[in-house]
Amino acid sequence: MEVKRAKENWFASFGKSVLGGIKSNGGIIIGLIIICLILGIMTDSFLTVRNFTNIMRQISINVILACGMTMVIILGGIDLSVGSIIAVSGCLCCGLITNVGIPSAAAIPVSILAGTLVGIFNGFVVSRTTIPPFIVTLAMMNIGRGFARIYTKATTILVDDELFTFIGSGTVLGGVPIHIIYMIVVIAASALILNRTKLGRNIYAVGDNKQAASYSGINVKRVTMIVFVIMGFFAACAGIISSARTFSGQFNVGEGAEMDAISAVVLGGTSMSGGIGHLSGTIIGCIVIGVLNNGMNILGIDSSWQYVVKGVVVLLAVFIDYFKKIKE
Amino acid sequence: MGSLLEMKNISKSFSGNKVLNNVNLSVEAGEVHALLGENGAGKSTLMKILGGIYTKDSGSIYIDGQEAGMYDVSESRARGVSIIHQELMLAQHLTIAENIFMGREIKNKKGMVNLRKQEQEAQKFLDQYAMDLPADTRLDKLTIAKQQMVEIIRAVSFGAKIIVMDEPTSSLSDAEVEILYGMIRTLKKKNVAMIYISHRLNELYDITDRITVLRDGEYVGCVVTKETERAQLISMMVGRDLANYYTKADHVIDEIVLKVTDLSDGNKVKKVSFDLKKGEILGIAGLVGAGRSETMECLFGLTARKAGTVEYRGKEVCFKNPREAMKEGFGLVPEDRKQEGLFLQSDIRFNTTINVVDRFLKKLIWNRSKENQIVSEKMEDMHIKATGASQMASKLSGGNQQKVLIGRWLCSTKSILILDEPTRGVDVKTKAEIYALIDNLAANGISIIMVSSELPELINMSDRIMVMSNGYSAGVLGRDELSQENVMTLATAEVGA
Repeated sequence: MEVKRAKENWFASFGKSVLGGIKSNGGIIIGLIIICLILGIMTDSFLTVRNFTNIMRQISINVILACGMTMVIILGGIDLSVGSIIAVSGCLCCGLITNVGIPSAAAIPVSILAGTLVGIFNGFVVSRTTIPPFIVTLAMMNIGRGFARIYTKATTILVDDELFTFIGSGTVLGGVPIHIIYMIVVIAASALILNRTKLGRNIYAVGDNKQAASYSGINVKRVTMIVFVIMGFFAACAGIISSARTFSGQFNVGEGAEMDAISAVVLGGTSMSGGIGHLSGTIIGCIVIGVLNNGMNILGIDSSWQYVVKGVVVLLAVFIDYFKKIKE
Repeated sequence: MGSLLEMKNISKSFSGNKVLNNVNLSVEAGEVHALLGENGAGKSTLMKILGGIYTKDSGSIYIDGQEAGMYDVSESRARGVSIIHQELMLAQHLTIAENIFMGREIKNKKGMVNLRKQEQEAQKFLDQYAMDLPADTRLDKLTIAKQQMVEIIRAVSFGAKIIVMDEPTSSLSDAEVEILYGMIRTLKKKNVAMIYISHRLNELYDITDRITVLRDGEYVGCVVTKETERAQLISMMVGRDLANYYTKADHVIDEIVLKVTDLSDGNKVKKVSFDLKKGEILGIAGLVGAGRSETMECLFGLTARKAGTVEYRGKEVCFKNPREAMKEGFGLVPEDRKQEGLFLQSDIRFNTTINVVDRFLKKLIWNRSKENQIVSEKMEDMHIKATGASQMASKLSGGNQQKVLIGRWLCSTKSILILDEPTRGVDVKTKAEIYALIDNLAANGISIIMVSSELPELINMSDRIMVMSNGYSAGVLGRDELSQENVMTLATAEVGA
């Protein structure tokens, strides 16, 4: 009886979360719908199931990163090293499989661990010192990218492995791309952490007011450490998936990925100064960026202009947010 | 006419909510005029209108008999109005001279700032107001009181004729308050008008000539300070008589729950000893800088202990962090609610329950109704006035913010509650509510340690008072020895190792 009630509670509560998410992201959802309608009218291929799964596959890496980044930014931090972590874990994994000959089932966890180590280092420095996370992770971004280049000798390591191929482009449950499963798992895990655990509450508290958090008995160091480690772990997993998708380890994989993740988080209304933000917003932010990319590709817009459009959209979103706040 | 400042029938609404309704204020040159009212009475709104930050909906402002029409910040400043905010508007890394001349630097022909000239000019001002400081001192080397003086001097150097001081004494010690009074008297002689906002009635009797009282955005009246009784002021302010301003019953049980011996943090806390009984209210008195808050922080595990012992219910404890203290049922409501207490971007619900999250967040299940129950209970107990549990903490008045913070600690405190300046910057009605609450907690067997700079509150609320001086415990006064004189004698005593 107790268990059943708890379960009902869980679903009712989940429903409220989803509803709350839609409510607090009203503006950007309307924007997304408008973009989709325009693209739907202008092209025949945009509003198709095939294109939809395509978009989902394309945004999967960014969703994984942005989920972690949401936690980091709510905590009041930033992590610029995630793109390089992708390269570290991805290249290492390919190297271990192809050059060293380790079975992929062993190479993958080892590489994820290596990528996570970067997160552990970030977390350690940020939580034990007052050095800004921007600087720490900026340095790690360069160091990580450098090592990926050194390890691959600035070439591409090709991989021919069944498991690896499955991870990068497999389907499950009769045709569902495996990327969708990754996304669901990461989103669910992040949502649970942020909304259903003490850790989640503490992340918001630390981001809002670090000093007050420690007065309230929150272990600020530990919370900071855990968040950066989670970010590192997510990025390391994203690295394996990225490499697996192209069957190869390329030193420049994931370049600029940190900026796409941060853009998605900001589009979703999370405050860069910490303390405020919702995962639901971030996911919609990822979809907006994904739809824009996809739509502009279908329309054949020059890739240089695509950058401009994406930048303008982010600016527009923060401006709208800013004026909304001033009005309040 | 003849008044220097005349604000007539000022009204102001925010989104349909009338915060000022036909308010009048008239201030003479050379007068110290108090503006009194509870939090939310409209004092700050009126002053923001005077400072040109808000525009009035109706009414008129006359300065020197001339009506000020289009009134904004620069107009207000040009007419000689200057506001000294509670949070000082100074640059900590610049010198006194640079701060005084900020925004209108003295430049040489090449357009470069003439630092030497600036310092000379600033020094003249400092000497004039008997400030024994070189003008090239960096601001972060000064105490808050001295920084306040610099801000006042800056206002004067702008040619201010009307200076508004918003709770100028809230972070000053008694000695520093005297320095401020000296400054105010000097300004009076120079015919500067001052509008003085404070919740401390004693100060109004010390320094002000007249008092204008506001209540709920309405003008209640203007009285001459000398001719007005305290009780009359309070009833003007709250609209009824506060019969029992202080609530104090005797609940002490002769069981010692906490025994602190020679506590030291290697810095500001030096050999502090006291004990605390069950259901007792122990006041901690002392001048600013005596190490009162630091002692509490050391006790609570926020700073490391260097020497001394703490016995809690007969066993020795040494909290390495607040978590350990909280586990034993300790609570600490910090002094600075905005910096150390509240999560201002979060709502009342979050702020109330952050200490007891594990009561409703278990095994990935969020029991919302349980959380809401905790919050509504505390909002009711504390008489928190808000639109609901989802209201942001930053949108609450100071009194309500303090209530939310105390409410948070009531959730998790089981045996000893440390309150550091629990009524600072809080209106009279809220103060009375907080006193009643403290008394009620003690009656329920919770031991209270109350650090306060307001002696009347300490003397009326405490069973005993431990007085600190220069980091040491200078002595403990029993209930029958409590008087301002006794406390001050100990607080200024030379205690050393």
